[in-house]
Parts: sequence; C-alpha cells; structure tokens
Amino acid sequence: MRSEQGLSAVGPTGVPVPEGLPSLRLPRASERGVPSGLRTIAVRRAGVPLVELRLRVPLRAATRRQQTRALLLGESFFSGTTDRSAAEIAAALQGLGGALHASTDADALTISGSVLAVELRGLLRLLAEVLTANAYPPREVATQRAKLAEQVLIARSQPETLAREAAARRLFRAHPYGFGLPEPEEVRSVQAGELRGLHERSVRATGAVLVLVGDVPPGRALDAAEEALGEWAALPAPPAALASPPSFSPGGLVQVDRPDALQTNVRLVGPAPARQAADYPALVLANTVFGGYFSSRLVANIREDKGYTYSPHSGLEHAEVASSLVVAAEVETEATAAAVLETLYELGRMATTRVGSDELDAARRYLLGALALSLASQAGLASTLSALAAVGLDLAWLDAYARALARVGPEEVLEASRRWLAPSRLGLVCVGDGSRYLAALDALGYSPA
Amino acid sequence: MPARRRPSTPVAAGALEVATLRNGLRVVLAPDRSSAVVGVAVFYDVGFRSEPEGRTGFAHLFEHLMFQGSEHVGKMQHAHYVQGAGGTLNGSTHPDFTNYFEALPANALELALFLEADRMRSLVLSEENLANQVAVVENEIRVNVLNQPYGGFPWILLPPVAFDTFANAHNGYGDFAELEAATLEDARDFFERYYAPSNAVLALAGDLDADRALALVEKHFGDVPARPAPDHPDLREPEISGERRKEVVDRLAPTPALAVGWRAPDPDREPDEFLAAVVLAEALAEGDASRLRRRLVLDERLAVDVEAYLGLFGDPFEQRAPMLFTVTATHPREVDPDRVLAAIDDELRRVAEGVEPGELARVVARLEAQLLRRLDHVMGRALQLGMFQLVRGDAAALDELFGRLRQVRGDDVAAAAAALRPDRRAILELRAGQGGGS
Repeated sequence: MRSEQGLSAVGPTGVPVPEGLPSLRLPRASERGVPSGLRTIAVRRAGVPLVELRLRVPLRAATRRQQTRALLLGESFFSGTTDRSAAEIAAALQGLGGALHASTDADALTISGSVLAVELRGLLRLLAEVLTANAYPPREVATQRAKLAEQVLIARSQPETLAREAAARRLFRAHPYGFGLPEPEEVRSVQAGELRGLHERSVRATGAVLVLVGDVPPGRALDAAEEALGEWAALPAPPAALASPPSFSPGGLVQVDRPDALQTNVRLVGPAPARQAADYPALVLANTVFGGYFSSRLVANIREDKGYTYSPHSGLEHAEVASSLVVAAEVETEATAAAVLETLYELGRMATTRVGSDELDAARRYLLGALALSLASQAGLASTLSALAAVGLDLAWLDAYARALARVGPEEVLEASRRWLAPSRLGLVCVGDGSRYLAALDALGYSPA
Repeated sequence: MPARRRPSTPVAAGALEVATLRNGLRVVLAPDRSSAVVGVAVFYDVGFRSEPEGRTGFAHLFEHLMFQGSEHVGKMQHAHYVQGAGGTLNGSTHPDFTNYFEALPANALELALFLEADRMRSLVLSEENLANQVAVVENEIRVNVLNQPYGGFPWILLPPVAFDTFANAHNGYGDFAELEAATLEDARDFFERYYAPSNAVLALAGDLDADRALALVEKHFGDVPARPAPDHPDLREPEISGERRKEVVDRLAPTPALAVGWRAPDPDREPDEFLAAVVLAEALAEGDASRLRRRLVLDERLAVDVEAYLGLFGDPFEQRAPMLFTVTATHPREVDPDRVLAAIDDELRRVAEGVEPGELARVVARLEAQLLRRLDHVMGRALQLGMFQLVRGDAAALDELFGRLRQVRGDDVAAAAAALRPDRRAILELRAGQGGGS
C-alpha cells in the first residue's frame, strides 16, 4: 500500500504523528542456480542507472595463518590474471564506471562493487576472469604485503581497533572469531604461492552467492551472470562451517592499557541468539530500547543527561556460527567508572522491569522504518540480501521477522532482556589509561583477571 | 501559491521542481515513487567559515543546540518523533553550510516538515542544554581528533598553512576554551542572523506528490516570519607568494603523512577550470588505475595510501571559493617526504604534457558512476539537490553536471595539472610520534 501525505493525526501537542506502523514494500527477487553450485539472486530497482554487486564465497579460516593468508588474498585479489596486469584490470574496471573491492573474514571472501547498468556484462566478465584465472603475480603480492603490514600498524594505533580486538578475544577466546588482526611479521611471511594455492582450493562456485540489484531486468542480469560465471569451477562438496565457539563465561574486566589516553573505549559484550532464534525479534526490540538508537535509554542517560560521551551505542553482530551483543561508548577518562555504572544500571533496568508500551512501540516503528529504508536503495538492498543469503535466509524470512517485530509484547522483551542483556550475562572490556579508573571499577566489582 | 518552475532533469526522472515561499525559503522537490520512503533536508547558508573570531567551533556547537528543543518539541523529542515514526536523522556542519536531515517512511513526511519548521520558527535555548552540549561536543572532538591518530589530518591542520584569514584558516571544531566561553546570547544572535527562512533551502526527495508536498511545506513553513538574509562575505584571499611548509608531530601516529594544498579554481568564476580540476583529482587518485596510486603505492612503494580531492572534506561541490586542491599521502618512515613530493611533482608534470589516450573517458565514466551512487538513496538525493540549490544556486545544476563532465577535454585536465606548481603550494608534514624514531 502506498502511504499518502496529509493523513497524519494531530496529537495533543499539535505534532502530526503518523498513524500505524511503517509498511514494508518487499521487492521481488529472482533466483537461478547453476550446476557448479553458484546461486545468483537478482532484483530490479531502478532509481539510478547502476547495478550493485555482492559476491560471497565461503572461505573458512580456522587458524591464524589461514586468516592472515585470506586477508592478503583479499588485498591482492585484483593484482593480475594470466592475461592482464593489475593496472589493466583497474583501467578496464574504471572504464565501465565500475569498482570492485574484496574483503575477508573468518567465514568468507566478499566482493562488493557497483557499475553503470549498461556495463553489467563487462563487469561480470572481468569478475569471472579474476575468479578463474587469478595469477597473484609475486611482485604485486609483495607490494600488497608491504602495504598491508603498514596498514596493520596504522589500524593498531586506532583505539577503536584495539577495543574491537579485545572484545573479540573476550567473546571468542581461541576461536577463529577471536583472532583479531595479524602481526606485521605474520603478514610479511605469506608467499604469493600460498595465495594461489588458497584460491585454487577454496575460491570456488560451490556455496557461493551472487547478488545483483539495480536498473536492469532480473532475467537479463541472471543470463549475464550465468554466461560469465557458468564455467567457474566447483568443489566436490560445500565447505563445512567453522566449529562453534566455546561457551561464554560472563563477568570480569579485560583492561588494555593506553597510557595518557584522553578517553576510555568501554565495551560490554556477551553472546546473542542467531537471527532464526525464536527470541531474536524480542531481543532486537530490547536492544533498541536500551541503546540501539539515538532515542534510547543509554543515549538519554550518558550523553544527553551526563555528557560523558558523544555516541554510545548497543548492537547485535552476526558471524556465520555465532552472534554477539556489543555495547560501546568512548567516554572521557575521568568518567569511565561512572559511565560503566550508568550503563549497568540501564542494562539492569531492562532485565528487571517491563518497558512501557510507548517506548516499545517507538522502537518497533523505528526498526520497521529502518528496514524499509534499508530496502529502498540499490546498495542497501544488495547488502541486506547478501547478508541474509550467507546464512540461508531470504525475503520470506525478512517478512516474517517484520511481522514478529510488529507483534512482540513487553513480557517477551523482558524475558529476552533477562536472558541476554542482564549485567550478569556480560563481560567488560576497557581500553584506556587504567591508572585513572581501575580502582573505581574495582569498587563496582570489575577487576582485571 | 509560491512561484514554481520545472526544469527538465534526467536524475530526478523529469520531476524536479523548485519553489520559493513568500518568506524566502527555497524548496526543492524531487518525487520518485519507486520506494515508500522520503528524504527531507534543510540547509542553512552558514558554516564554520562564518563563525566569529573568539568563537571557533560555534557553528558546529549551534548545530547540536538545534536538537535541544523548540516551541512544541522538548529536549530529545526531535529524535524521538523521527525515530518513533521509523526514521533516521542527523545534522552536519561544513565550511559553508549546516544541514539537518531525516529519512522516513513516506507517511511521516508531514512530521518531518513540522519538526523542521518548529525549530526554524522558535528554537528554545537553555543554559543547562548549552553546558551539556559543550561537554558532548568536547567528547566528539576527543573521539575524532585528540584521542585519534591522524585526528584532524589534514582538514584542521592544512588550512592554517595554506590560508591567512581567520575564516579560511581556523579550526572548525573549535578550541575548548572558546567553546566553553559560548553564551546563550551568542546562540540567540547566531540564530537571528543566520537561521532565517530566506537563508535556507528545504529539499524533499522520494515517495511524494509534488503538489501535496508543497502544500504541506506552505502549511508548516509559510508562517515562519521573514527576516533579511545575511550578506555573504567574499572569503577569497590573494594567491600565496611562494611555497609554504610546516611540520607537526602527531604523538599517536605510527607512520608519517604528507598533505599538499593548492588554491583550486573558483567554481563560480572559472567553472570549466574547476571541473577540469575535479577530473584531474579523480585521474590522480581514484582506484588502482589512477596515476598517483599506481606510481606511489603500487609501483614505487613510496606511500601506503594516497588521495586527491577538492574541498575540505573531499566534496568539490559543497564549497564556495576559496577551496583547496589537496593531495595527501601516508608513507613509511623510511621514505623521505621529499621523495614523495618529487614523485607527485613528476606525475603532475607528465599529466601537464597531456593525458593518455582513453584515460579521460574511463576517468569520467567512473566519476559519473560515483556521482550517481550518491543519488541511490532518497536521503542522498535530497542532500545533493539541497546542496546544489544552496551552493550553486540551482538544484538542476546537479543534472547538468553529467553533461558538462563529458565535455571536459584532455587539454583542460593538462592545464589543471600545470597549475599545481610548487610555488603555489602549502605543505604540511605530519611526523609520526609513536613507536621508534623521533
């Protein structure tokens, strides 16, 4: 249903608040599989004459060495094929108005990009060439290796990176999700031959999902994908997922020292259910009320009331075999313990008292609206479809999820909060000048293990 | 009804309209019914280049105060209303404007118009909220600048080397002492002077009917009292006389960096030269086929990263003159910055001798795709149209840009490169203060 302007109810304050819940207009997705195991999903969204592309290839990295290799493979992905140099690939791409970027995590290689819609065929042919005839020329790989080693150093100088790594270690311990960035020496020890070997073994069509969204008829997009990528080689069987991480033991403090830091990067972390879990919609609502948006309790408290921080936030993060809750705030050093106390208070309030119906409805409308907004652009729709397809979900799931968001009540939110948001279920991570707040955190019951 | 005109435009599918209310508010409407959402953006023609001496950071602090309540909307209520209707919101402060924007389900359009009109008409200011937002802004500066390697590089650090006047040279985030000295009186004056409807542009894009939307705009903004728009000072400065160079130490940075800035062509007075410079920046540093990336990062390994752009934040279309053409490079400690500079100079010299066959066409194709990508989402579309209306005086100039880019010739790009001479440049060297070395 199309919404019309001018139908807003005028509330007691004269503010024209729209009635009802934001409606979701789900697009129609077309899909085709080829014998090699590649699935392609295409959606027509006109808007601008572009096409957005996401290709996700399962690439499991279970050891530090494998993760470092995968990272360098992503950096070197467009370094040259048997037919073309890196410069020739980049120039061809540019001429299509295109861009492609490769990245990896412990689960997969993801290639993201966009192109002028009239050049989609050219982009897919170029992608096919890189997938099937990647040469990883030693000279170019050496350049990417040196660059990556420097980039690791730069990333490690960012306090947010240190906090992200410490939070991942706290959540996943020795599991591959907990490794963080490699050391520069680890990067420097990877050889071009290893990348060729990894590509040959793992960058295959089996289990891969290609998403194309843009100003092109789905049938034509699917034909172009099949024509370009139909010959991409398969594996005998789809790669197994990584093992599940060990169970999380809550409590305690992980302190990463940054002497003279002006702010402390505070993280409260814990496990969360996967998107398919029965209590997932209730937790998403609970998290939103607590700290998932600007109108949340956490922002009202530690930013708008106390001024301790600029942008506190709480969110759910998903990898293929684990999901987690991360509460994050960069707070003024002097206010570290006070900010932790207020955050624990707000978490505790979620876990012990029912949220009001106004507060819950606001979060509900926000989430449904955010979903509608994320589907209203080529880039947003492509990313959403790709993330869902990675774990076997589709638009039908999204529809059911939206319906669940519309219906979850305060009792279920309380139950989900008690299970996942209670302070007793989480662990604390701080990156900052510990000499100025550790004693105060100790008084709250948090001391470094 | 307000005066309207209807230019033809490929970007907005032939449906772009511009109107002006009696109080001077300019309204841009870009209907696109392919999704059920709308983008709403209000641009005020005041940025941090207009803030008074002794009040650095005030334009940005004032942006925060715009979220602290108005006659019918309490503190935090603006966000509550927008998000509670399924929308997202933000504001941002730039050299030449400050904008406030929301993306929402289409049935919340009137709500967004009400909220924007309410704070344009009757902002409510209090000592308590001012003190709270000074603290929030200081924490924003800690996150983005003081506690961050390369914080403020080069946008805070390069302008004082390249420019001499307060407007162009000062730090738009502001000094803590000057932020803390800000008073409610300052805020009232700033609002009175710069937040007049005649000094603003409202842009709407997405699932809306132009006639009905314009009627709603008239309903909510029509009675905002007219005030004269302030004069906009000419901020141009004389060309610098000879190369300037400055060094800073970043105690948190692990690797040195370099920024080089030249005065870019004036987008209003030299529009063709300006566009050629935009194409040159793209040819120098966008993607692995670009000249400086290829040479500095991939072939000679003199740099880890290199960028080239016009405008303080990398958007050439958001600023009036003067603005800088900036090249930045992050480089390994072992590489002397003068080697990086020499390679940049050499590459500029080669472009000045002429672009390669095919180079111009592929650079323009990519630039076009990048500009289109900004218009993918209704929010981006409202922001771009509002910005072009405010800065260039014409939202339709956004559409015309595509045709004009295709007319840029190789000789124009060569001339743009020839203009980036050593005697016209300001150089900022950032020394790495962390780990080994100095």
